[in-house]
Amino acid sequence: MAANSSGGGSSDRQRTARQRLSVIAGHLQRPADGDVAVLAAECKAQEADVSGEEKTVPRRRQEIMKWNGWGYSDSRFLFNKKGQAEFTGKRYRLSGMIIPGLKDWFESTFGASLQHKTPATPILNSSAVPPPTLNEALVEELKSTSIPFSHDAEDRVFRAHGHCLHEIFALREGKLGRVPDMVVWPNCHNDVVKIVELACKHNVCLIPYGGGTSVSSALECPREETRSIVSLDTSQMNRILWIDEKNLTAHVEAGIVGQDLERLLNESGYCTGHEPDSMEFSSLGGWVATRASGMKKNIYGNIEDLVVHVKMVTPRGVIEKSCQGPRMSTGPDIHHFIMGSEGTLGVVTEVTMKIRPMPEYQKYGSVVFPNFEQGVACLREVAKQRCAPASIRLMDNEQFKFGHALKPQVSSIFTSFLDGLKKFYITKFKGFDPNHLCVATLLFEGDRERVLQHEKQVYDIAAKFGGLAAGEDNGQRGYMLTFVIAYLRDLGMDYYVIGESFETSVPWDRVLDICRNVKARIVRECKDKGVQFPPLSTCRVTQTYDAGACVYFYFAFNYRGLSDPVHVYEQVEHAAREEILANGGSLSHHHGVGKLRKEWMRETVSDVGIGMLKSVKDYVDPNNIFGNRNLL
Amino acid sequence: MHSAEATRDSMLKKRDDLEDILEDRRRSSDLRYALRCYTPALYRGLTPCGAQQLKGLVLQSDQLRYVVQQVCKETGAPSEEVQAEAVAILEEMAHRLQLGTIRFFAFVLSKIFKTLFRNISVNEEGIQRLQQAILDHPVVLLPSHRSYMDFLLMSYILYTYDLALPVIAAGMDFMGMKLVGEMLRMSGAFFIRRSFGGDRLYWAVFSQYVQTMLRIGFAPVEFFLEGTRSRTSKSLTPKLGLLNIVMDPFLKGEVFDISLVPVSISYERILEESLYARELLGVPKPKESTSGLFKARKVLSEDYGSIHVYFGQPVSVRSLAEGRVNRGQFNLIPRHIPRRPGDDVHGFVKDSAYRLVRAQEENMVLKPWVLIASLLLQNQNQDQDRDPGVPLEQLTQQAVWLRDLSRQCGAFLHWPDHASPAEVVSSSLSLHRGLVRVSEGRVRLALQQGQSSSRRTADELLDRAVVLLSCASYRNQLMHVFVRLALLASAVHNASSSKKNDVFSSFSFLRNMFSNEFILCPGATVQDFEEACYLLVKTGVLLISQQEVLVTDAGRRTVAFLSGLLDPFLQGYQVVCRFLCEDAADALTEKRFVPAVRSFIIKHLLSGRLRHTEVLSSDLQKNALAALLRLGAVGRVRGCPTLQINRVLVNSLEDALGETRPPLCKTSRFLPGSSERWSLLQEGSSPRRRPPPLASDPEPAPCDP
Repeated sequence: MAANSSGGGSSDRQRTARQRLSVIAGHLQRPADGDVAVLAAECKAQEADVSGEEKTVPRRRQEIMKWNGWGYSDSRFLFNKKGQAEFTGKRYRLSGMIIPGLKDWFESTFGASLQHKTPATPILNSSAVPPPTLNEALVEELKSTSIPFSHDAEDRVFRAHGHCLHEIFALREGKLGRVPDMVVWPNCHNDVVKIVELACKHNVCLIPYGGGTSVSSALECPREETRSIVSLDTSQMNRILWIDEKNLTAHVEAGIVGQDLERLLNESGYCTGHEPDSMEFSSLGGWVATRASGMKKNIYGNIEDLVVHVKMVTPRGVIEKSCQGPRMSTGPDIHHFIMGSEGTLGVVTEVTMKIRPMPEYQKYGSVVFPNFEQGVACLREVAKQRCAPASIRLMDNEQFKFGHALKPQVSSIFTSFLDGLKKFYITKFKGFDPNHLCVATLLFEGDRERVLQHEKQVYDIAAKFGGLAAGEDNGQRGYMLTFVIAYLRDLGMDYYVIGESFETSVPWDRVLDICRNVKARIVRECKDKGVQFPPLSTCRVTQTYDAGACVYFYFAFNYRGLSDPVHVYEQVEHAAREEILANGGSLSHHHGVGKLRKEWMRETVSDVGIGMLKSVKDYVDPNNIFGNRNLL
Repeated sequence: MHSAEATRDSMLKKRDDLEDILEDRRRSSDLRYALRCYTPALYRGLTPCGAQQLKGLVLQSDQLRYVVQQVCKETGAPSEEVQAEAVAILEEMAHRLQLGTIRFFAFVLSKIFKTLFRNISVNEEGIQRLQQAILDHPVVLLPSHRSYMDFLLMSYILYTYDLALPVIAAGMDFMGMKLVGEMLRMSGAFFIRRSFGGDRLYWAVFSQYVQTMLRIGFAPVEFFLEGTRSRTSKSLTPKLGLLNIVMDPFLKGEVFDISLVPVSISYERILEESLYARELLGVPKPKESTSGLFKARKVLSEDYGSIHVYFGQPVSVRSLAEGRVNRGQFNLIPRHIPRRPGDDVHGFVKDSAYRLVRAQEENMVLKPWVLIASLLLQNQNQDQDRDPGVPLEQLTQQAVWLRDLSRQCGAFLHWPDHASPAEVVSSSLSLHRGLVRVSEGRVRLALQQGQSSSRRTADELLDRAVVLLSCASYRNQLMHVFVRLALLASAVHNASSSKKNDVFSSFSFLRNMFSNEFILCPGATVQDFEEACYLLVKTGVLLISQQEVLVTDAGRRTVAFLSGLLDPFLQGYQVVCRFLCEDAADALTEKRFVPAVRSFIIKHLLSGRLRHTEVLSSDLQKNALAALLRLGAVGRVRGCPTLQINRVLVNSLEDALGETRPPLCKTSRFLPGSSERWSLLQEGSSPRRRPPPLASDPEPAPCDP
């Protein structure tokens, strides 16, 4: 497949690019400058092998993706023979580049050493996969429907996990828990209806599977499940069924992954603007089921703002609204039973989403602040004035340093000279302490004039808080990291370093407190739990709202000397979540609850709240066909 | 069970060695010391800020702005006026910490300390722990309070060890001393009014001032948990207001953690010794004045022995609160809106306060004199007039016995091992020659001999009482070691049988009765009982089986000594009860209580019907009243100063206290069986129930230690 598409693919790409350019040109007042237009797309992997009709995600995911790590098989970080870090493959901007600073940062931050390796089990040993418990009657009936299905070991293992640390760690060690007994690939809404009917008839457990990027143990098969478990993979339901230019909506099958959705809409000159960090792999249905949030929500909104209509197949039948009115007062919004249901009620099959014309102009930016407090104050002011750019993120000092370590090798002496000069200006001339300064990255989008105006407004606010504009490059690199950071975890795991990120949302007045306390709690818990090296404990503010912000924490440590690193990791993460809750943070901003954070649901939504959710579940799915046991 | 074991471990814990800091001062120049380079390590999260900027931060804080607004709304006063009032309060309160003043004090105090004291010993490991704590988290220093000297001494020590200088919460009364008040202010003291109950603005300024300093890590905050100097050398029940304030930033998530550092300052001889005794006897405390301080110069010519300062293990508020307080309770209301702490927070702060005071107590250094004073007080013959004294050798022998007992019970005793017991005893006696006389090989308290009790005047009685109360203040230093054992020893006597349950009931009653008098952690009745059982079994005093508690033959001496320790208190509480039943006017106010009960007691002492002169102590009388108020035997009515006395209950309490000793000549009133009486006391109106631990102690019955 790769061979046949590479030739055609490139010409397709040219065609797409031409189309895109013409669209852009239409929006531009001045002739388009190919370099500045739509740079964001270049941060994520480029669609090397696909054209309009072909699918990014094949049924056999193992053909292009890792079975025990993040993302594409051809893309990974490694330390080459000279001990320099490089990123392999061709898909990303960083691909093929040397990252000279990473080794030193890695060794000094974690106390890790390139001598001490912890390689992963290279290949999946199919014989280690427990044989499937099949429901023969169901298999027979499925055969007659011509819906493809499989009980191949690899297919099943791929759908038995998300990307929580403990899941990946176990896979790297070749350990497998309960895996689905069978995978089915419905091709359309009606296929799903049939599958759900059969599942009810034969009492098997269905677990919907979209992009597999869950970080809440949502895809883990419940150990106590005795029925046959069928993974319902929506990846083949990935068409845009129609685009309504009058109302600016698109009706899309829910299995489509983010990058395909954007690419296909781009071809018509549109976008959804929904860009979660996982958008290369995560699916529309998954976003709906977890209440996802995108990087550019300031312009486009979060998933709940984007969805106009949803169709979900449940054991009771199909749930949907009768019209596409933009807002309704018809009792509690039934969409809110669907959004965030995490696969416990049914499968989302089709979604009508708002779309927007592609932005004519994009510009990155960055601001350096003398310290994190000033940075947060600036973000708060930006939110207060409701002038947040498409994206604004504030990294703390540790992450600033981390970002710095990920600078690819510079091509010219001039660039490195400029960098040196910048650094000198900021630290010596402006007196910023390199151990306190922090950086905000910005992404502006819209028509050119307004972007420039907007940009000035934001930089003016930043200046009031001691912020210095620090260039587009820094900003763009920040966003690029978004897509490669998950690959970095795999590199760490090759050298005794494990880590994870988790998020919360919190009122503005608590942002600084929660950042400080959670980071400190992580450090203290690591020490208490016998971690031999100081952990990396850092955070960033990634979204701003009128009444608060979304905060992301990154946490990683070197586990040499620990007998059960994953357990230690889980204890620390648990403590960190307790700390978040004690500091007025939410259980989750957009990752969802899954099974990982279930224990805090009751205190989060109150007894009555739990009762409400339970009664919905009991009505919709009395036999627990959708038995992934998330949420409740 | 688990906690009891933990206590036992802590009793056997090794304490740090102490180093004399005056030794250096005697060897090198005080001036150079006062002017030396001072560069303390500061809190890592410090926001650098001067004393003036600090005021700005306080005035701009959301909390204060909110309260100012509220006050404006309610009183209709213009906001500038209220704001100005806040500024004035802050000006009156704020410190102006200056290094120069500290250097001045460093110089002057070096001179004074060297004349007054033989040495000032500090545990350097504690200093190192403190230094680390200061780096890591905002620190609150909690010294014990026995003397005016305490906070100058603390700052002096911190300066000596190059540690961050504290800001100190001091009572407003110091401000009356013009020059000294300002000096203290410049050495880091800030002044708070003794009472400001309803004044919200004052409370807001005050709490914000303290909390801002903690939040930004301005300096360690120091205050006295006991609220005031203890005149009796017993720790006072902790005041919770300031502790509440300093814990708040943690509970609300404004800081990651706060370290509380209990500091135990023990004086071999307290400067204010007889001053305190007089005060307790009703000679009013001289108002603090600068000239008064100079008059006190004569104290400079005496030898006050040594001071021991022990910096305890820093206590993390975070770990104290773990599992106790749900910090999420502050999530739903903006944190700057003041709220009365909930029951859980209140209970938590209270328990913590007791734990901290206990930590102070445990690290108090006891000198041999403390043992001797206890023995001499007990040896006091009932007929005090012809006290023949104790032969020195006998006293020495007893002291050695008591030394061993207290060591077994975990006392932090400084008994010089290199000297013979006889030398130790005589040197103690000579340091306290104001209180004790040695003649013809016999040792007596320095009481005036003279007329027999019947012809003694009240003035003479008070003179004797000064000496006795001074001695008692030394004995009191031992009380925290023995109080649980003494309660058990008395309970064994007091109980209706030797059944373990009865002993426990009796213990529980006595413990409850005395919980205003001694530091007994709330809710720890079972734990205290087990600890006491454990120690008395370990020392061979008691034999405890599943059902029974028996005193061994060898243990009688110890039991006698222990219950002897409690005797004056028992009698004091009884006589207070007696007074309330018999003599109290119907319109007795709280204000009139102490003078009235004092004359009642004087009358009884003079007539020889009371044995312990010590019961004249107003501290004891007030504690007794507080206990009766707590138990509901005496009541207060809102807006009415008169005390409502429940005579039936007071009477039965008196009986319960006097079960084994009838010191007052009085016919015991009939009460059907002891257990009924317990229930009367403990359950209010529901009789015929086995005496449970107090309602506030939701604990299971004790099991074998």
